[in-house]
Amino acid sequence: MRYLPLTDQDRRQMLATIGAASIDDFYEDVPVSARLSGAIEGLPSHQGELAVERHLSGLASRNRTADDGPFFLGGGAYRHHVPASVDMIIQRSEFLTTYTPYQPEIAQGTLQTLFEFQTQVAAMTAMDVANASMYDGSTACAEAAVMACRVTRRKKVIMSGGVHPHYAAATRLLCEAQGIEVIQLPPAIDGELDLIESVNDDTACVIGQSPNFFGTITDLSPVSEAAHANKALMVSVFTEAVSLGLVTPPGEMGADIAVGEGQSIGGALNYGGPYVGLFACKDKLVRQMPGRLCGETVDADGQRGFVLTLSTREQHIRRDKATSNICTNSGLCALAFTAHMSLLGGVGLEHLARLNHEVACDLADALGAIEGVEILTPRFFNEFAYRIPKSAGPVLEKLLAKGVVAGVQACRLLPGQGLDDVMITSATECNTPDDIAAYAAALKECLS
Amino acid sequence: MSMQTVGRLSQPVVTGTSDCVTVSGSKGLLQREDLLFEVGAANQTGVDLPGLKNRSDRLGGVRRAQPLQLAGLSEPQAVRHYVRLSQKNYAIDLGLFPLGSCTMKHNPRLNEKMARLPGFANIHPLQPESSVQGGLALIDELADWLKRLTGMPAVAMSPKAGAHGELCGMLAIRKALEVRGELASRRRVLVPASAHGTNPATAIQCGFTVDEIKADARGRVDMADLELKLQQTDDIAAIMLTNPNTCGLFETDIKAIADLIHAAGGYFYCDGANFNAIVGRVRPGDLGVDAMHINLHKTFSTPHGGGGPGSGPTVLSDALAPYAPLPFVERTEAGLRLVENDCEESQHSFGRMIAFHGQMGMFVRALAYMLSHGGDGLKQVAEDAVLNANYIQVRLKTVMTPAFSGYCMHEALFSDAFTAEGVETIDIAKALIDEGYHPMTMYFPLVVHGAMLIEPTETESKQELDRFCDVMTDIAARASRGHDSLLTAPVNAPVKRLDETQAARRPVLKWQPPVNEAIAAE
Repeated sequence: MRYLPLTDQDRRQMLATIGAASIDDFYEDVPVSARLSGAIEGLPSHQGELAVERHLSGLASRNRTADDGPFFLGGGAYRHHVPASVDMIIQRSEFLTTYTPYQPEIAQGTLQTLFEFQTQVAAMTAMDVANASMYDGSTACAEAAVMACRVTRRKKVIMSGGVHPHYAAATRLLCEAQGIEVIQLPPAIDGELDLIESVNDDTACVIGQSPNFFGTITDLSPVSEAAHANKALMVSVFTEAVSLGLVTPPGEMGADIAVGEGQSIGGALNYGGPYVGLFACKDKLVRQMPGRLCGETVDADGQRGFVLTLSTREQHIRRDKATSNICTNSGLCALAFTAHMSLLGGVGLEHLARLNHEVACDLADALGAIEGVEILTPRFFNEFAYRIPKSAGPVLEKLLAKGVVAGVQACRLLPGQGLDDVMITSATECNTPDDIAAYAAALKECLS
Repeated sequence: MSMQTVGRLSQPVVTGTSDCVTVSGSKGLLQREDLLFEVGAANQTGVDLPGLKNRSDRLGGVRRAQPLQLAGLSEPQAVRHYVRLSQKNYAIDLGLFPLGSCTMKHNPRLNEKMARLPGFANIHPLQPESSVQGGLALIDELADWLKRLTGMPAVAMSPKAGAHGELCGMLAIRKALEVRGELASRRRVLVPASAHGTNPATAIQCGFTVDEIKADARGRVDMADLELKLQQTDDIAAIMLTNPNTCGLFETDIKAIADLIHAAGGYFYCDGANFNAIVGRVRPGDLGVDAMHINLHKTFSTPHGGGGPGSGPTVLSDALAPYAPLPFVERTEAGLRLVENDCEESQHSFGRMIAFHGQMGMFVRALAYMLSHGGDGLKQVAEDAVLNANYIQVRLKTVMTPAFSGYCMHEALFSDAFTAEGVETIDIAKALIDEGYHPMTMYFPLVVHGAMLIEPTETESKQELDRFCDVMTDIAARASRGHDSLLTAPVNAPVKRLDETQAARRPVLKWQPPVNEAIAAE
């Protein structure tokens, strides 16, 4: 078998060295009734590369990829172009096949890239400090909520109706397990500022999102002010990291904690994972942060080096008193993010963001010109919601039949909220004028 | 798996500058590489984008006020930057990586190739179901393998890592207790002293309290202590037990433990981090387990990637299956369907843990691994992993101190009893670095003094094992003599021992431009 180096002769020799009669000797502690006598039913035998490749390629070929035609789907995961060198970098053996950098003398490569990642995320979000990544944006959001409760010693979280519904669900789940009350305002396309009315002196944090689930961008500064007036924290969420190049970032809006999804930079769509959660906060909160942190130090010769630090927050040291149970993060996706960001640089990210916005404006112009289409999102970055005079789900299927993946029906993530006729659509640098024309023509046909 | 650092923090003795000082700061193949912010320039970019039309915007004035000051790199600079940095990392592809409880095995490249097929990598989680039937079929097929290998009836695919799988299992238990109307009274979770730190941390995250069970002299759960803790109580929610345990031993009384916890009205959470030792030979479902996460990045070889991404599908017993999280794949006559929202099939679900459906990229790799090995190969994986660990244990038992007597499973555990005064486990670890090895897991599990946990995995040849044992024998001899060379190790690594104490006392967590540059920018 191609992945197993031991030969039968090796095995016999090793058993002899050990003094065991057979491999079964090592399993003597297993209760007799739980020892399997033969092969597990229903599992095939080993196969060569060719056969495995054939089987998996067969499954892959049954999926419609984002490159198979006009594609305008966002909703928390975005199709962007990733430079070829990024994938080459993350496939370097020394990055791909190493572990968490617990032995810093032989992990400076990983550690320095994490330090660079933290620097980039802090700058992009305009926050003081960022950690070395979380699983994804939704779990980062949940961790931010419970962190705010630890900091304020309060047990109530208020979320806007524009927070991504999956983020809201993940946050509710973790909070409720810890006895934290979560109040979510009803879904609203342009309702982030409604948070101002809801905050009071027992609020741990308010969670607002910009751009929100419907694509609306909002200056959340007044929400932060209201939160701070009540000694509550402001948590600012984003699902589209490219927006940080153009839209007001969390730190400029008074956020105490910024969380979001980093998939847009360096990440593939991957049918939803793995992605990379971004988590940043103010300096004074750093010791309450979840996840790993990389810090600068010196070695015995006084040379600069990097180590994982402030580990006394973490489960492997603090066990039941840790700030989170998180252990593994999203290291390789963070590397892809930092490699892509280093290619873009600040100017490149701004350019990319402006390009996204222009394509999205062109799309909004084209769709808005169709009779019956009403663009609902008042201010947007690269995603917006629109209403059609029909149920959105069946229209999406018809558009798919015409070769266009047009977006997502809002009611797929927000069922039973009277949003059946609302579509959410996104445009990026990957969409051409032809894609937009094809989308508009197909939609027009579906609505006429 | 996390490595414990309960030993002393690294706070090196300053030895002066190293013997080989070069003008460039590089040493032969090892190139000096500064931070990308020092290498690049503020107006540099390595991406050519189409020009802008400068059309009217729809931002409504919600624009970034301060321009983003981040250096960029051209492509040649970027490639060189990361290649140089990569060469300061140890990796499985370079050599034996005996990090106990982490299962650092070879990562087949076929799996990388398969995960990059556009039909998997370039599909969006919110595409209509009809356009992703192959993706749903892959999840369903992987789920089927996991259920068969564990002998469990259900599996939750969405957890993003091992600790996240623990959270999944414990939330299912929480929900089951809630449905039974006993959530308020059953608050206590039993956790052995040898457990991974994630276990108690997870129990607390779910609102439970943690009660520690002792280990006995054989490195297993102390049954007397367990029975005592279960006597006349009705507040037990669950036990969280790793099997094989973190001492690298099979819990001999595991069925009795399962029976006791069930009789006390609690559930049995099994930490599946060490499944590699038993895959294909023992099914957790036959041991009375109610929930167990499977680290696809351990047993099923998805790459560790320098600390993730992982994936932690969690198998569930009949008792817990109804509470599985959303979403899940359902087989219907019309094809595969993704159940994403509250509905009749999901009426008891404890909710949604994440955005979308799980670590698809990891699922593809894990299934490629399973198909490559087959049922027969996976059994051989477990057997070779256990054989390799026992071989190391036997070869080193006369020079080091095995923590427990008898055979081990997939990892061999030693205490620091053989070391001379002043030499600690960390010193042995750093000496291994000088010899070209990644150290074993150190100071974990906590129940063994100065623990050294060595897990070779099945993808090491006998020759590699012999070479490692020869090196370890020499280091152990030096450690028992109290040889000075250990205290300054490593000297052959890209950097010497790092000052972790300073890093924690005055945290510097990001690069900042030198002061004069910062003023110039304003």
